[in-house]
Amino acid sequence: MNEVKNGATMTTESAPQKPVSRPPIRHFQIPLTLGGKLYVWRFLIARRLVQIGVLILFIGTAHWGWTLFNQPVLSGDLSSSRFLGVIPLSDPFAVLQIIASRHMPIFDAFLGAAIVFLFYLLLGGRVFCSWLCPVNMVTDLANWLREKVGVRSLFIVPAKTRYWGLLLALILSFILGVAAFEWISPIAVMHRELIFGMGIGLIAVLGIFIFDLLIMAHGWCGHLCPLGAFWSIVGRVGQVRVAFDDAACSRCGDCVKVCPEPLVLNFKEAARHGMIRFGECTNCGKCVSICPEQCLSFNLRACIRKGAEPSQTTHNSSS
Amino acid sequence: MEQTNRRQFLIRTAQMTGAAACIGIVWTVLIQNQAQVAAHALRPPGALSESDFMAQCLKCGQCVNACPYDTLKLSTIADVAPIGTPYFIAREIPCEMCADVPCVPVCPSGALDRNFTDITKARMGLAVIDEEMCLSWRGLRCEVCYRVCPVRDKAISLTIVQRETSRHAVFEPVIHSEHCTGCGKCEKACPTEEAAVRVLWPQFVQGKLGEHYSPTQGDNFKVQDIGKNTNIAKELKPGSKEQAAPGMNYFNQSGGREGEIPGGKP
Repeated sequence: MNEVKNGATMTTESAPQKPVSRPPIRHFQIPLTLGGKLYVWRFLIARRLVQIGVLILFIGTAHWGWTLFNQPVLSGDLSSSRFLGVIPLSDPFAVLQIIASRHMPIFDAFLGAAIVFLFYLLLGGRVFCSWLCPVNMVTDLANWLREKVGVRSLFIVPAKTRYWGLLLALILSFILGVAAFEWISPIAVMHRELIFGMGIGLIAVLGIFIFDLLIMAHGWCGHLCPLGAFWSIVGRVGQVRVAFDDAACSRCGDCVKVCPEPLVLNFKEAARHGMIRFGECTNCGKCVSICPEQCLSFNLRACIRKGAEPSQTTHNSSS
Repeated sequence: MEQTNRRQFLIRTAQMTGAAACIGIVWTVLIQNQAQVAAHALRPPGALSESDFMAQCLKCGQCVNACPYDTLKLSTIADVAPIGTPYFIAREIPCEMCADVPCVPVCPSGALDRNFTDITKARMGLAVIDEEMCLSWRGLRCEVCYRVCPVRDKAISLTIVQRETSRHAVFEPVIHSEHCTGCGKCEKACPTEEAAVRVLWPQFVQGKLGEHYSPTQGDNFKVQDIGKNTNIAKELKPGSKEQAAPGMNYFNQSGGREGEIPGGKP
């Protein structure tokens, strides 16, 4: 391949100060070898392993009585659980709703919520959404099929709608005296149905699938889910971020196409901070694995140079 | 210009609020439809009052996992209890009343009260007997409910009713709400095609006396002084000059209709 050094080719958009020279646009192409494919899909595979693995731990504990050190391995579901019989884990958003509904859970719930909250706070982004939430598998499937078939959205609402959903959930919790989102959450429904094996509630999951496939692209996870909104707010300050090497970027736009949260890949913002800073980023790694110039990578926030100047050093790596 | 901007802003705000309100209404209806529990869908022991329970339950199913007899189930969308909350149906699998109550301490939210340790204090439901269909009440020697009751002779007792010499006595099972835990073993064991003894939510089957009745001894009730400012209290006070409304004491004063002479002929 022709490797063109920085400065040799086209300047795309005029940056505020000086025109930046960019590498030529090469679009992403899926490798032909299986190994190459697996490497591209590495984050997808890891996410599915985590999602399904956690689910199997829950199911094994509930149905087959899995124990470790004579304690149930992971009892409960994503709303609340207990790891090895000692470590409580609770969904902080669920606990927040219970408080909003004018009720006071006991200390265990708070401790569990605090553990989960701090975990994701440090990790950053909506790691829960793309690495644990079972609905993510459904919406990813819907999205894949939608692109395959070429369905255009019937209508679209602003991606900020989810924050109104979050606010509405808290207000309704207060008015009705019950945790409002927990009572209709398709996430909780899907998880419960899978673990406690009942089946009928999976209709809600089918509803989400149809909605994302035929009505609104990335409709549930990307626009409406109040839990996603909650983790977006929490994920703002976390440590694990997608780092962005502006100088190496050819602005081919492949990452934007593949991103389930298109608004987070704002090149101007990303270039200024050297990373994707938006809390809505789910750290799914789709963009990282398809970037033809490999200018996107996971890194710790502390290791990413702030206001990264276009680096003149190494961006010409290719596989 | 400024006027139109403000107007646009107000309209926009109204639209957004309206959209939120519409969604809020649908959302509320969804919750209200769910927030109903059937009289025979019993809660685990130690559950808070139903409104507190529904609010506080995290729907995690840890109590379901802890139950050694698969009694507890998590409710699904179409079930008889609110979505995701634990319940059991006595006729299917009753509560075995484990002495260590394993379902309660695992509850992470306190919807099942951690201070609850004595299973005999549980009030999951209350058994009621259909005396018309009960085999024992009909004169057969059944008494299965009595035999299976974990708090026998307290929650359920047999009243022996003698009949004429040629027929044996009737052994009537009688439930005592003071001790019935609502475990449902009687309903599970009842041999009739549809159980003649049912365990239901206490508030569906239990009456309640007015505040002014105080059950003193046995079947004697006393009318209490329920307060100085009510008409009844005035009426009961001897020598009250104030005109009291006809109430409790109505029948003691002969006559009450106008034109009738107290103690006189009609």
